[in-house]
Amino acid sequence: MTIERAVSPAQRAIQVLGDDLTETTLKRYLEGIPGIDAVGLEQRAAGLGTRSIKTTSKAWALDRIIELIDLTTLEGADTPGKVRSLVAKALLPDPSDLSTPRVAAVCVYGDMVPYAVEALGAAHSAGTDEGVNVAAVATAFPSGRASLAVKLADTADAVAAGADEIDMVIDRGAFLSGRFGQVFDEIVAVKEACRRADGSYAHLKVILETGELNTYDNVRRASWLAILAGGDFIKTSTGKVAPAATLPVTLSMLEVVRDWHRLTGEKIGVKPAGGIRSSKDAIKYVVTVAETVGEEWLQPHLFRFGASSLLNDVLLQRQKMKSGHYSGADYVTID
Amino acid sequence: MTFLEYAPAPESTAILNLKPEYGLFIGNEFVAAEGESFSTISPATEKEIARVANASAADVDRAVAAARKAYDKTWSKLSGRDRGKYLFRIARLVQERARELAVAESLDNGKPIKESRDVDVPLVAAWFFYYAGWADKLDYAGLGGNPRSLGVAAQVIPWNFPLLMLAWKIAPALAAGNTVVLKPAETTPLTALLFAEIVQQADLPAGVVNIITGAGETGRALVNHPDVDKVAFTGSTEVGRQIARSTAGSGKKVTLELGGKAANIVFDDAPIDQAVEGIVNGIFFNQGHVCCAGSRLLVQENIHDDVVERLKNRLSTLRLGDPLDKNTDIGAINSAEQLQRIRELSDIGEAEGAERWTAECAIPENGFWFAPTIFDNVSTSSRIAREEIFGPVLSVLTFRTPAEAIAKANNTPYGLSAGIWSDKGSRILAVADKLRAGVIWANTFNRFDPASPFGGYKESGYGREGGRHGLAAYLKGAK
Amino acid sequence: MTHIAVPKTYKLFIGGAFPRSESGRTYEVATPKGVFLANAAKASRKDARDAVVAARGAVSGWAGATAYNRGQVLYRVAEVLEGRRAQFEDEIVRQEGVSASAARAQVDEAIDRWVWYAGWTDKFTQVVGNANPVAGPYFNLTVPEPTGVVAIVAPQDSSLLGLVSAVAPALVSGNAVVVVASETFPLSSITLAEVLATSDLPKGVVNVLTGSPAEIAPWLASHADVNALDLVGAGALDWIDLEIAAADTLKRVYPPENGPDAAAPALSRITAFTETKTVWHTKALI
Repeated sequence: MTIERAVSPAQRAIQVLGDDLTETTLKRYLEGIPGIDAVGLEQRAAGLGTRSIKTTSKAWALDRIIELIDLTTLEGADTPGKVRSLVAKALLPDPSDLSTPRVAAVCVYGDMVPYAVEALGAAHSAGTDEGVNVAAVATAFPSGRASLAVKLADTADAVAAGADEIDMVIDRGAFLSGRFGQVFDEIVAVKEACRRADGSYAHLKVILETGELNTYDNVRRASWLAILAGGDFIKTSTGKVAPAATLPVTLSMLEVVRDWHRLTGEKIGVKPAGGIRSSKDAIKYVVTVAETVGEEWLQPHLFRFGASSLLNDVLLQRQKMKSGHYSGADYVTID
Repeated sequence: MTFLEYAPAPESTAILNLKPEYGLFIGNEFVAAEGESFSTISPATEKEIARVANASAADVDRAVAAARKAYDKTWSKLSGRDRGKYLFRIARLVQERARELAVAESLDNGKPIKESRDVDVPLVAAWFFYYAGWADKLDYAGLGGNPRSLGVAAQVIPWNFPLLMLAWKIAPALAAGNTVVLKPAETTPLTALLFAEIVQQADLPAGVVNIITGAGETGRALVNHPDVDKVAFTGSTEVGRQIARSTAGSGKKVTLELGGKAANIVFDDAPIDQAVEGIVNGIFFNQGHVCCAGSRLLVQENIHDDVVERLKNRLSTLRLGDPLDKNTDIGAINSAEQLQRIRELSDIGEAEGAERWTAECAIPENGFWFAPTIFDNVSTSSRIAREEIFGPVLSVLTFRTPAEAIAKANNTPYGLSAGIWSDKGSRILAVADKLRAGVIWANTFNRFDPASPFGGYKESGYGREGGRHGLAAYLKGAK
Repeated sequence: MTHIAVPKTYKLFIGGAFPRSESGRTYEVATPKGVFLANAAKASRKDARDAVVAARGAVSGWAGATAYNRGQVLYRVAEVLEGRRAQFEDEIVRQEGVSASAARAQVDEAIDRWVWYAGWTDKFTQVVGNANPVAGPYFNLTVPEPTGVVAIVAPQDSSLLGLVSAVAPALVSGNAVVVVASETFPLSSITLAEVLATSDLPKGVVNVLTGSPAEIAPWLASHADVNALDLVGAGALDWIDLEIAAADTLKRVYPPENGPDAAAPALSRITAFTETKTVWHTKALI
C-alpha cells in the first residue's frame, strides 16, 4: 500500500524520510531504529527510581506535579455534574491552602467537553497560556475500533465544542499487524481534524496503549511513528488496559523524544497515564524526565500526568510538608 | 537552585557504633597487636574514622596458630550441616546489620551509599547464604565423593569492595571446611572489623575466622607463612606475580584474582541507550575501582560519534560528591596514592595524543576526587589502552568488523572480563566464544552473583570465585 | 641374502614438519646396555621458540573445531597408533630394555588411554560446565575453554605411555602442545609424531622437542606466549625455578608427578589446561 503524499502535519515525516514517503520507507525507517534491551531499560528506570528527593526539592516537585496533571474522569457514568465537580477540584485543588497551584487540564469524554468549558468559564485557557485546558479523548476511545469517518467526526466534534487538546488512540490492531501506513495516515487525518476554523490546531496527544503493544521495541517504533505523523504529545495509555503507564515505558518514550530533539531541535511532549497514584511514584517520573530530556521538559506543554487519584496524594504530602505532621484523607476533597 | 541539583539527602551515620581503636581479631577476640596502630580515614573528608592495629610477623603467627588450632580441634570435625548453619547465621546477621555495614563501607571506602546499600552489602549476604547451602553437599561439587578441605586459608583482599571481597573469600572457605586468616586492605579495614563482631554474634567457634589488619608487609608474612595451606588473593597483577613466585613449590593451593583491562564492544546494531548505560556502569561504577571494569570501549566506527555524544550527555548527569548522599553517583577515590596514579596515567593519555573530555562537576575541597573522564581516539598502543587505571577513566577505540573487535579486545595480557552489545544473538554467542576472558557480559555489564563463577584468563589470574567452581578453590578430591 | 637395514633419522616435529635442530646438534640414544640406537636431534631454545610459534598458530583452528571433530581426529590417531604398534613395541624394547610382553602392554595401554581421552572431547564440557541460577533476568552459562599453548615436560622414565598420558589430555579441550620428550627414551616420541603427522591432526597442534629438558624447559617456562606449563616429568629438574619463571606471565602450572602412576588418566588432567568462561546474557520477553 502506498500512503498518500503527506499533508501538512506530516511535514516531519518528509523532513526525516524524504519525499518518497511510502509505507515501505516508513516501515524500513521504523525497523531500523536501534532496539531496546528490556533488562537494561528496566534497570535504568529502577535506578532513577532510587533518587532521594528531599526538602526544598520535594516541595518544588510536588507543586510541579500538580501543575502537570491532566485531572481525568473517563467513566461511562460521567455526568455534567461529575464534570463540574472535577473542574472545581482542578481550579481549587486544596481549599485549605490557596497557594496550591492549578492542574494543567481536565480530561473528559468528548460529549462532556461543553460542560467542562462552561464550568471553567474564565479560567478556561481557550488557546492562551493562562488557565486550565480542556482535553477530550476521541477516536472511539479507548479501543479505537470504529471507522475512520467516525473517529474524525468524534475529533472534530470535541474540537468544535472547545477542546484544547485531543487524546486520540492509535489503531493497535493495525500496528501489530504491521500496517504502519494505516496508523500513520490515521494520525495525520486526526491531526487535520484538530484544525479549528481559524486555522489553529488543538494539541494532539497520541495514545499508544503501550499495554497492548506489549514490547518496548513496539513502544519505541510507535513513538517515532506518532511523532512523524504530527503528534504533539505521545501518551502511554488509555487507563483502561493493564499495564498502563510504567516508568520503563515512559523512559523509553522520553528517550525517543530526546532523540527527536537531537535530530530536529523540536520538542515533543510525553504523557504517562493510568496507574500513577502516589506522590512517590510521580516524583520518580519527574526525576526520569529531568535526567533523560532535561528539566525544561517539566512544564505543562511538554509533560503531563494522566491521573485522577494522584492529585489527592500529592495534596496530602504537601500538607505534611507545610505542617510537619501527617495529614488524613478527610482533609482533602474527593474531586 | 534547579530541580536537578537535588537537595542533600545524606544517609545518617548515627547507625554506626564505632570504637575509636580496633585490635586484631584472633580466636574470636580483639587483641592488641605488637606494632604501632595506624589510622583509617574517610577518603571523602580525609578525617580519621578509627585507629587499627598493624599486625607484625609474630601477630601473623598467632593468627595462623589460632586458625590451625580451630581447624584441627573443631572446624574440620564439624559436620557440613553444622558448618552450614553457622554460615546461614552470618548471612542473616549481615542482613540485619545491612544499613550499618553499608554506611561504614561508604565512609571508609568512599563509594556511593547507593552502591554499598544496593550492591555490595546485599551481595555479601547472598554470598554467605549461597555457600551456606553448599556446606553439606560437597559430594556434589564436582570433585568426586568425600572431597577434603585444605586446612588454613590465607586470604588477602583489596580495597575496592572491602566487605564483598571478604564474603567472596570467607564464605566458600568455611563452607568447604577450612579456617581462615583474612587481611583486609590497609585503607579499608573497617567493615572487616565490623564483620568480626558479626562472627562473635554468630558464636562461630573461636579461631575459625581471624582478621588481621596491616599493610603489604603483613600480607606477605601471611601468604608466605609455612603453616598456611591455601592462599587466596585479590589485587594487583604485580602482587599476584610476587605471590605466585613466593609460593612456587610450596604445595599451597593458590587462587589469584588480579587486574584487567576489559573491552566493552558496542556493535552498530546495539540497543543503544542500554549500551550507553552499560558503558557508564562498566567504567564509572565504584569510581572505576573495579578489576573487571569496562575500561576500553570498542565501538564500531560507524556509530562512534553518536555513541560518544550520547555518552557525554549521560555523563553530564552523573553526580559526584559525598558518598553518604543517597543521590551520589560517583564517590571519592579511595586514597591519595590511587588518585595520584589516575592523574599520572591520564596525563600520559593526553600527552600521547588522545582527546580528553571531562564531565563538568564541582570537586569538593577536601578528600580525593576525580571527575568522570573519557579519552577519545585512543590507539591500541597507548598506555591508557593497555594499563589498568583503576579509576573513572574510559578509553575509546574503534573497530570496523567483528573480527577486528575480537582481535583488539584480546590484544592484552589481561583476560578478566568483556562486554558485548548487539541485537544479533548469533553474533553475540560467536564473539563470546572468541573472547579470551573469564566473564563475558552480553547486553549488560558488571553483574555479580554468588552462583556465577568469576575470575580471569591469562594475567588476570587463576581460579574462580562464585558458584560451584568457587568451591573447588578450597577443596581437594579424596584419594 | 641379508637385507641391510635403512635406519631412520630421528628429527624434531614442529608445525607438522620434521626439521633437524636449527643448532645442528644431536645426541646419542642407546639401549640400557649402551648399544647405539640413533642420533636424536638435540633441540635448542630457538627450536623451542619455533615450536611455540607453530603451536600458537594452531590454537584457534584446533580449539575452534567442533568437539565431535576433535574426538574423531584423536580417535584416528589411536587407529594409526594401533597400525604401527610393532614399531612402537620394537622401539620400547630397544630403548627401555624391557621384555616384548611388557612393551606390548605399554603400547596397549597407550592406545587405550588415547581412546579414553578421545571420547572426552564432547563430554567434559557437560561435566565441568553448568548453568548458573543467578538472581536476575539473565541467561548465565559457565563453560570450560582451552588455555591455549601448553608446554609439557613429558615423564622421563617412560618412552610412549608417559608421553601419551601427558599430551592426550591437553589436546582434548583444544590446546596446542609443545612437549619435551623423555631425554633417555626419545625415539617413541618421534615415531608418535609420525603417527600424528599421518593422522588428521592439524599441523602445529602437537610439537615434539627431543633433547635436554633442563636446557629447554626454562625457555618454555619463561616464554610469554605459553599459557600453561605441565611439569609432570620435571621432578628431577629445578622445577621450582621453572614455576617461578612461569609466574612472570602467571602461567597455569601443573606440578611434577613421580612413580608409575604419574599422569594417570583423569578428568583433572583435562581441566587443568582449561579456563572457565562465564557468559551472561539478558533475558526478557518484552
